[in-house]
Amino acid sequence: MRLIILEDADVVGQWAARFVVQRVAQFAPGPGRPFVLGLPTGGTPLGMYRNLIKYYKEGSISFKHVITFNMDEYVGLPRDHPESYHYYMWNEFFKHVDIEPGNAHILDGNAPDLGAECNRFEALIQQAGGVHLFIGGIGPDGHIAFNEPGSSLVSRTRIKSLAYDTLEANKRFFDNDISKVPRQALTVGVGTVLDAKEVMILITGSHKALALAKAIEEGVNHMWTVSAFQQHAQALFVCDEAATLELRVKTVKYFKSLMTEHNKLLEIKPSQ
Amino acid sequence: MTQSVLTRFYNCYILRDGKIIKEDLWIRNGKIENPEGIFYVEQLKADINVDCNDLLITPGFIDIQINGGWGVDFSYDCETVEDGINKVAKNLLSCGVTSFCPTIITSSKEKYSKILPNIKKMQGGLNGASILGVHLEGPFINPAKKGAHLEDYIKTLNGGLESIKDVYGSLENIVIITLASELTGATEAIKSLTRLGIKVALGHSTASLAQGEESVQCGATLITHLFNAMLPFHHRDPGLVGLLASKTDKQVYYGIISDGIHTHPAALRIACRANPEGLVLVSDAVAALGLSDGNYRIGPQLVTVKNGRAYISGTDILCGSTTALNKCVLTFMKSIGCTLEYALEAASLHPARALDIDDRKGKLNFGYDADFIILNPHTIKVHSTWIAGECVYKNQ
Repeated sequence: MRLIILEDADVVGQWAARFVVQRVAQFAPGPGRPFVLGLPTGGTPLGMYRNLIKYYKEGSISFKHVITFNMDEYVGLPRDHPESYHYYMWNEFFKHVDIEPGNAHILDGNAPDLGAECNRFEALIQQAGGVHLFIGGIGPDGHIAFNEPGSSLVSRTRIKSLAYDTLEANKRFFDNDISKVPRQALTVGVGTVLDAKEVMILITGSHKALALAKAIEEGVNHMWTVSAFQQHAQALFVCDEAATLELRVKTVKYFKSLMTEHNKLLEIKPSQ
Repeated sequence: MTQSVLTRFYNCYILRDGKIIKEDLWIRNGKIENPEGIFYVEQLKADINVDCNDLLITPGFIDIQINGGWGVDFSYDCETVEDGINKVAKNLLSCGVTSFCPTIITSSKEKYSKILPNIKKMQGGLNGASILGVHLEGPFINPAKKGAHLEDYIKTLNGGLESIKDVYGSLENIVIITLASELTGATEAIKSLTRLGIKVALGHSTASLAQGEESVQCGATLITHLFNAMLPFHHRDPGLVGLLASKTDKQVYYGIISDGIHTHPAALRIACRANPEGLVLVSDAVAALGLSDGNYRIGPQLVTVKNGRAYISGTDILCGSTTALNKCVLTFMKSIGCTLEYALEAASLHPARALDIDDRKGKLNFGYDADFIILNPHTIKVHSTWIAGECVYKNQ
């Protein structure tokens, strides 16, 4: 596991975007050889999306041969509702880049058979050959996607009833009325994300500091589902200074001393 | 034709929901589309991408009061009505006007019978702006406020709807009738016209506020060129101007000629602050619109244009403007200091609402008619005009 500690959320957004550019460039996707990307929503990855759009406009990256899978979506929320993840992805990312509409996959929270929709999603990931890079964010309680505390660490894509804390936290997006917050969501499982070849988790802000500490300094625990990535072969956590506040000084110093190595990850090597 | 072709305008700002935002505009089959649904459900990309170089896309202007232009006078040239209408409709495209109501001032019965059958509601296109229907200004007005209208042709309204039908002949292509509230029979006439779906505008009138309010209760929804040809504002009886702050719960719309000549900026600001939603910019343009200084005709009278102002020849009576609606927008914005958003909506959304067509025109919302202008947001210079998704004018 790698921990990349950066100055603030802006730098995290830039670094994460450059990492995606590096990984896509290194893979050199083309017809019949797509790069498969797992994507999150929420406030944390916004900076990354904005930088990716900038790099796309500069010509540093194309999404023409990129297939994307989003982590989650609310159940029963209209697709064009401003809080739906379809809406978020369209407005914050897809409409600005050259991705093929048929290559952008998001769980359909309005599907007539939600169970079948989840199975279809897993099958699509299989068909695409698995995810090359899954990017995630986490909640203050350490949940990844909608895998809230107590979720099975081998879970697959499924319907989840949301915890009261999550509804409470989300009500600010729904006129402060908890009764308007969708109570269920479709989400990829922890196991689904663990299957990806590489995972990058973005964590910013002091309110996520405890979750980061639980994720990397304590044992694997289903009450902090993101801790499962300690057992992933190629996981990197990208955080800002504020998110390190609950970490031991030793941990922070160790990973900071490796920054020169970490920055080499961004170098695009000439292909053989 | 552009059937089913999906066009995306990018690198542009658009006016939507009262705000200018950086957003792409997608159109197909003459309508504005929701690209999010196209992406996720139809999984299509745009067939044509148009780079707008940071220009502003705004709904096409709608001029509900225009007497002519480019040498044509709708109320006078009764032998060549269609040619005249077509000429003005075509030229209006360069002014960003995508729909208009040709306006006929007080005329003889014989004139109406020659002119009106030849002005039909028409979908616009390369040949010119859409014709929404005719605005008939007079002859049921008060001679005391006749303005540029000829007194000989002014009529009474004693017979209500029958008088109206008798004078105009058919009401088929009529959308607005300007009349004076205080005429005997006006109340019944307003009710009848409203039932027929024709908008009644109050103007060329000495009506008190009480008379104006009665007309509004009966269905009148418009005031024609506010402040002009009506009683001046008086604090004990504010007259038709008082309708802007009337206690009736109905929204009244009022035409404003904002050519920098017809209405003082302070008067504009008073109207706008009292009733911002009701303000409708109109050109009230005459044949001299688009022409240089000289002598022309409006209805049966001679008009002299001097320094861009149109007077009844030999007098100092103003008789309509020579300023197109796009210039009115700029003048209006500068003189009252409002936002560009508001000024643009006053020439698009507000007239659409006044005519009850704001379910398809006056906005860039999804599902609306793709009638819009691409313009420079600083100069209001029109770069191109589009009707039903087709480029109908391009400034070379």
